[in-house]
Amino acid sequence: MSFDVGAVRGQFPILSEIIDGKPVHYLDNGASAQTPIAVLDAVRTYETTGRANVLRGVHRLAERATDAYENARVEVATFLGVAPMEIVFTGGCTAAINLVAYSYGSLLKPGDRILLSELEHHSNIVPWQLLRSRAGIEIDMIPVTVDGRIDLEKLPDLLTRRTKLISLAHVSNVTGALVDVGAVVAAARTVGAKVMLDGAQKAPHGPIDLPSLGVDFYVFAGHKAYGPNGIGVLWAKAELLDAMPPFMGGGSMIGRVTFAETTWAPAPRRFEAGTPPIGPAIGLGAACKWMRVLDWTGAHAHEMTMVQHLMDGLQKIDGARIFGPSGLQNRYPVVSFMLEGVHPHDVAQTLDSFGVAVRAGHHCAQPLMDRFDLDGTTRVSMAPYNNGGDIDALLTGVRHAAKTLR
Amino acid sequence: MSDQLYQDRIVALAKTKTGAGKLANPTKSARRDNPLCGDRVTIDVRLDGQGRIAEIAHQVRGCLLCQASASALSSIAVGRDAAGIAVARHDAERAIGREQGEAAEPFSAFAPVAAHKARQECVLLPFEALKDALS
Repeated sequence: MSFDVGAVRGQFPILSEIIDGKPVHYLDNGASAQTPIAVLDAVRTYETTGRANVLRGVHRLAERATDAYENARVEVATFLGVAPMEIVFTGGCTAAINLVAYSYGSLLKPGDRILLSELEHHSNIVPWQLLRSRAGIEIDMIPVTVDGRIDLEKLPDLLTRRTKLISLAHVSNVTGALVDVGAVVAAARTVGAKVMLDGAQKAPHGPIDLPSLGVDFYVFAGHKAYGPNGIGVLWAKAELLDAMPPFMGGGSMIGRVTFAETTWAPAPRRFEAGTPPIGPAIGLGAACKWMRVLDWTGAHAHEMTMVQHLMDGLQKIDGARIFGPSGLQNRYPVVSFMLEGVHPHDVAQTLDSFGVAVRAGHHCAQPLMDRFDLDGTTRVSMAPYNNGGDIDALLTGVRHAAKTLR
Repeated sequence: MSDQLYQDRIVALAKTKTGAGKLANPTKSARRDNPLCGDRVTIDVRLDGQGRIAEIAHQVRGCLLCQASASALSSIAVGRDAAGIAVARHDAERAIGREQGEAAEPFSAFAPVAAHKARQECVLLPFEALKDALS
């Protein structure tokens, strides 16, 4: 049976909005995805029937809240194929990377090396630069190929015995390219390095079997994966979490506090200081459950059909050029392009007048823009609820921009 | 909404590229980046003995609004000192609705930007760069 886009769209109330007389063509999913009714209901249920703080209270509402919060952890763990106690809720994906950079980073020694790539989001660059300033570690960088993929042929030459961690985007937020995780993990093992994946752009495209990937850390954002904002996930192998010191101090993350000495709670509590984002976590749990039951084989085929439709349409527009993989293999539905003579912001602003929402600019990947001497790109990022009408509206808008702005 | 933003006068200002380029021997230069969108403006000025702009040139790596603003600014800059440029900035701020009052030419062209708060910094970035160059 073919993928029923209409049935999926019907679960996202915002897609039926009319704004300034135009339907919503939401193609900025890479920035934030929309939220289905199942997630809204889960958050509403918590807020209206079980709102309380978690873990500490003995009253019934506290028990409801704690159950819902811990069930969300189980849902996220199931989505990733891992144990619930290896799931740490954070304030977001950036917060999760900073947690690793601070906590795991504190175990590193001056001269140890972190290997990143040229296409990383700033959130997977700057925390390591902060660590470099604090701890004297070194940062190496894997270059990118002309079609916007991490050039893994360069990987062996960049690995050293001092390389302790390779941290890469699972899917590029600019080019949509999927990294060859198997090759990265195999190379990392030759020098004993750990591997972390930034799954911000991968998690919104279905469940992930982390044990089969063989990585050591995985992070993703709730709001890009159909969940609320203000919630993110860090997964790490239990032995790593056990070895890592706390990132932030406060309530809930302690064993026993005295003025002389404080001991830490075991993971994941050790990394969840203070009152966690309870409602957002519950919403993310619902989002993971929603994603688990979606037909991802059909959804992915549908997404790639839209990618092909988009690329075919752009190729017919004079001066439009795709930045990223030209094919459909090993990619996800994030497509960047440039329109010669028109700045990406002006393309995006014009598209807005057609009811089309996209992102334009450097996409928090300035080193990648510098590498290709780009002012920025216009980025189309799709989700399973998008349809051919969204792409048609976008192509109409790009043609209009080409005609009127140059 | 955005069709109204890109009115002919703004597009025309951008296309005139008044002052686009570099000066061979600038008295001062400054570059400003907008960290949110990545727009970048570099401005060169040659000053006379009284601190007035004798010659100006700009390089813009940015959107049409930023290009149009740099053109408009360059078209009125010669003969002005820092105080005179501050007066022009008030006109730009009036045009985009950040200040009360009527904007003088050529900045009145930017009136459609008043409805697009996220794009107002694009108009002001060349002023920021020139302010740095004159400081």
